[in-house]
Amino acid sequence: MADQNGSHKNVPKPSFVNDPKVRGIFYQLVVMAIIVAFVVVVAQNTAANLAAQNKSTGFDFFSQSSGFDIFFTLIPYDRASSYWDAFVVGMLNTLLVSVIGVFLATLLGFTLGIARLSNNWIIAKMAMVYVETLRNIPLLLQLFFWYTAILKTMPNVKQSFEWFGSIFVNKRGIYFPKPVPDDIFNWVILAFFIAIAGAFLLKHWAKKRLENTGQRFPVFWASIGIIIIFPALVWLVSGANLSFDVPILKGFNYKGGLVLPPEFMALLLGLVLYTAAFIAEIVRSGIVAVEKGQTEAAQSLGLKDGDRLRLVIIPQAMRVIVPPLTSQFLNLTKNSSLAAAIGYPDLVSVFMQTTLNQTGRAVEIVFVTMMVYLTLSLLTSAYMNWYNSRVAMVVR
Amino acid sequence: MAKNNLAFVRKDIIDESPAPNLSKGIVGWSKENLFSSPSNTILTIIGMALLLYILPPLYNFVFGHAVWPGEGVTVEACRAHGTGACWAYIDDRMSFFVYGFFPKDAYWATQEGFLASIMQYWRVNSVFAVGVLLLVPLMWPDLKYKTVNAILFFVVYPVFVFYMLKGGVFGLEEVQTESWGGLTVTLIIGLVGIVVSLPMGIVLALGRQSKMPIIKTACIMFIEVWRAVPLITVLFMASVMLPLFMPVGMTVDKLLRALVGVSFFSAAYMAEVVRGGLQALPKGQSEAAASLGMNYWKSMLFIILPQALKHVIPGIVNSFIALFKDTSLVSIVGIFDLLKTVQISNLNLDWASENQAITGYLFAAAVFWVFCFGMSRYSLMMEDRLNTSHKN
Amino acid sequence: MKNKIVTLALSATMGLMATTAMAGTLEDVVAKGYVQCGVTTGVAGFALPDADNKWAGLDVDYCKALASAIFNDADAVRYTPLNSTERFAAMSSGEVDLLSRVTTWTMSRDTQLGMNFVGTMFYDGQGFMVRKDSGITSPSELSGAAVCIQTGTTTELNAADYFAANNLEFTPVVFVDRDEVVKAYEDGRCDVYTTDASGLAANRTKFAVPSDHVILSEIISKEPLAPVVRQGDDTWFNVARWTYFALLNAEELGVTSANVDEMLGSDNPSVKRLLGVEGDFGTPLGLNKDWAYQIIKNVGNYSEIYERNVGVNTPLGLERGVNALWTQGGIQYAPPIR
Repeated sequence: MADQNGSHKNVPKPSFVNDPKVRGIFYQLVVMAIIVAFVVVVAQNTAANLAAQNKSTGFDFFSQSSGFDIFFTLIPYDRASSYWDAFVVGMLNTLLVSVIGVFLATLLGFTLGIARLSNNWIIAKMAMVYVETLRNIPLLLQLFFWYTAILKTMPNVKQSFEWFGSIFVNKRGIYFPKPVPDDIFNWVILAFFIAIAGAFLLKHWAKKRLENTGQRFPVFWASIGIIIIFPALVWLVSGANLSFDVPILKGFNYKGGLVLPPEFMALLLGLVLYTAAFIAEIVRSGIVAVEKGQTEAAQSLGLKDGDRLRLVIIPQAMRVIVPPLTSQFLNLTKNSSLAAAIGYPDLVSVFMQTTLNQTGRAVEIVFVTMMVYLTLSLLTSAYMNWYNSRVAMVVR
Repeated sequence: MAKNNLAFVRKDIIDESPAPNLSKGIVGWSKENLFSSPSNTILTIIGMALLLYILPPLYNFVFGHAVWPGEGVTVEACRAHGTGACWAYIDDRMSFFVYGFFPKDAYWATQEGFLASIMQYWRVNSVFAVGVLLLVPLMWPDLKYKTVNAILFFVVYPVFVFYMLKGGVFGLEEVQTESWGGLTVTLIIGLVGIVVSLPMGIVLALGRQSKMPIIKTACIMFIEVWRAVPLITVLFMASVMLPLFMPVGMTVDKLLRALVGVSFFSAAYMAEVVRGGLQALPKGQSEAAASLGMNYWKSMLFIILPQALKHVIPGIVNSFIALFKDTSLVSIVGIFDLLKTVQISNLNLDWASENQAITGYLFAAAVFWVFCFGMSRYSLMMEDRLNTSHKN
Repeated sequence: MKNKIVTLALSATMGLMATTAMAGTLEDVVAKGYVQCGVTTGVAGFALPDADNKWAGLDVDYCKALASAIFNDADAVRYTPLNSTERFAAMSSGEVDLLSRVTTWTMSRDTQLGMNFVGTMFYDGQGFMVRKDSGITSPSELSGAAVCIQTGTTTELNAADYFAANNLEFTPVVFVDRDEVVKAYEDGRCDVYTTDASGLAANRTKFAVPSDHVILSEIISKEPLAPVVRQGDDTWFNVARWTYFALLNAEELGVTSANVDEMLGSDNPSVKRLLGVEGDFGTPLGLNKDWAYQIIKNVGNYSEIYERNVGVNTPLGLERGVNALWTQGGIQYAPPIR
């Protein structure tokens, strides 16, 4: 006590056991040891169990012929194809329904979220009832419901709804004509992408011009024009030919064309409606979080209604919206695994059920399936983190 | 003087005249809320049309043309053409939906009357009753003894549930877990999910914030892996792979396997919720605790966690809602939860009729909805309370 | 106090794990006091909860017969519902003592999975159901049809084989749940529903108008449904096998649960041997002398089990067909007890 200034110099060095650093290392070693011991024991047990059950292990089954059919595939596949092909088919089907689902759920979710804030009483209440009903019932039950509903309301094959003699809707799905491009048509597709790139450049230039001169340019209509006219010109000039494979009723079913089966529609509907309910809530709280003063300030600056939403409110709301939105996108992707319950051949249904049943390689198949979802999830979060860092508030 | 005599000057204030008829009452209200602008009017008409399209058939199916239980109502009534939901079927199978295969009490099953009908399943019913008795005061914000109550609910109660249902002690007949079923199992999975996932989530969240690299990495990996995969793959792993992880000849109860899967899965989500609470706390709190001479665990236990957890109560309830809805997935791996008992009863030929399945699913949806909606209202209420206590 | 609770909680968890010695299943079962029987998660007529919330059905009755033979008590059974993915894993891990779960006896399962099939409790075969108004009378007219199938079963592979062998195109629509398959077919998602003939009959009764659907007479596969035990335990295999034979022998000799006590006084030596009045056939099996008497007394003979669960007077309404005894034009045949 006498020498207060020097006291912190003379702090007795803590005993070896009490040194936080030493303790930290000790704890970590213990945790490490436990994890390693756990992994070793599990690996040993698994090996012993597999040996006791006379089961073969390894990934060699991927090259074997699968022997089962899948009714909805994005790549050529039949029962002579390998298990690897079946795996790819399942993965692509999962991706297809997830990507389309994310897109539609975002659209619907934003609409509903804005509807909940509508000053029209009936619309606001309907949106509320929708949200409160759908997000409090398990998705699995909802999928069963939509699948039944679609099958009950769609007509039989012979009484199909028909548009332009080429699009047919019935219990077996929606049949579209399938475009069959010839070789030259690739140029038209290329032109289409070039036009999209051009539209982006145009937007960039218009923004610059707006900032420099204050003059507006009708970017939206101009872009639409470019995207339609340029490929159309290329089409005319090159003389490319695009024929259509129109579905025709043969025997039981329509043959040819592109088919979207009702399982796909039901899964998509279920996922979109369910996820949209959550997105609506996220959007609503995002917009509510933007202070009212912002709207007023924008109005006093003389911004038009659309510009006010687009330039002031939405960008600020997006900061609040994006992180939870990411996890909803991931949830939708993961929830698509419930496809198995209504017969849509996704990754879980094709790979973790049919393939697992036939090959019995439980460990390998569950591992691969989990890795696929892990990769998807990491990629999505990486992209959304990048996007989030772009819209995040810059604190000055 | 003269001015005072001017006839047109009023001395007293006239009463407010009533608002014009068009802006008051139901007319004014609908003018403001439904028809304030052309676009609003169009929206209102679309909304009304939609309601007219959906509601009457829905009402007729669920109430109007439904077959209600009663004397002499048999499956024939449900098979008649054009009937709605077959509630008589739900009534008949109700005990299976709630108790599953749980055996009736031998003595009370032979008795008659209201008491006997409760006592037939007195073991399960007392589990429900005790659960409600413990849960209500725990959720009631103003009551005291929260710590004791929480210990009772989170530690003692699960043990009570286990011995009450499983039996084999205190003279109770042993009932294997495969005989548990229905709503009982759904609630058990929910209960175990929250009891395991909350402490585990806290530990994981603390680990994720730890300065020790190995512990931090381990926690991050655990959290991210479980959060990245769908629950159905986790359940498949639990049901197909977990037996392989055990020593040869050792088996794990089927329900326990599902419980492990569900708990780990929701612990990862819980960890992220808790982390949100930890990050929201100003750093001053932990610095203040340190300056008081508290070590890590003391400052966590008495300063940081109580505040952080209070902040995220709504988040915890929300992830519990998600967990509760997810319990329906165990039906896919053959556990007899509420949804599975409904599905299997839908196969029952004694009640075979066109609307059997849809009625069953409707019932299950209603049960889930009541639980989840109740919890979400509770979460909203807590959110409101927490908000005011900070702003005022 | 706290420690006590923790101990209790821990022991609760441990109570849900069990170590099974896999040496002798019969000794294990006797020591436990019950048979752990793997059943389906729900197939009408084979295993489904009845009005009292208890398992009932053909598969369940076999488990009861086995329990009667060992314990003289048909209720000394515990049921583990298993789906098709986990059934064999549950067997090899020792979780169940026996699988009585509409499992088709195939060579690969018999030889590669370490299983033994006890004997065919029910001869089934895969058939097709179509709508009457489709006018189809034979599977050969099914080219281009959409076919509703349950996944993970031999049905899926049989259908693929059949259509490939006959050069027919088809669109398989597969589901995990039997219930969903049926609903999809009824709602018109498919032209054809295919599964075991018994299942077709069971599900037809569920339709709004059952007579709108016809089951084609052609059967495209053999589906002998048999109980399963683990390979390498001959004592247990024998007990399971002879329980099945006892059911058949009882029917052949006209012994039923109603008349079994009278039959104890029968002069027929075959009946005497079956019921344990003459000779002791139980002890070599590791059972009591009156093992078969107990089976018949508690559960009945094969015919009673059949008629009770799937016969013409049940909603399934199945004729005996090939499941009749060999003396009545069927193929159910049991070696004699002597």
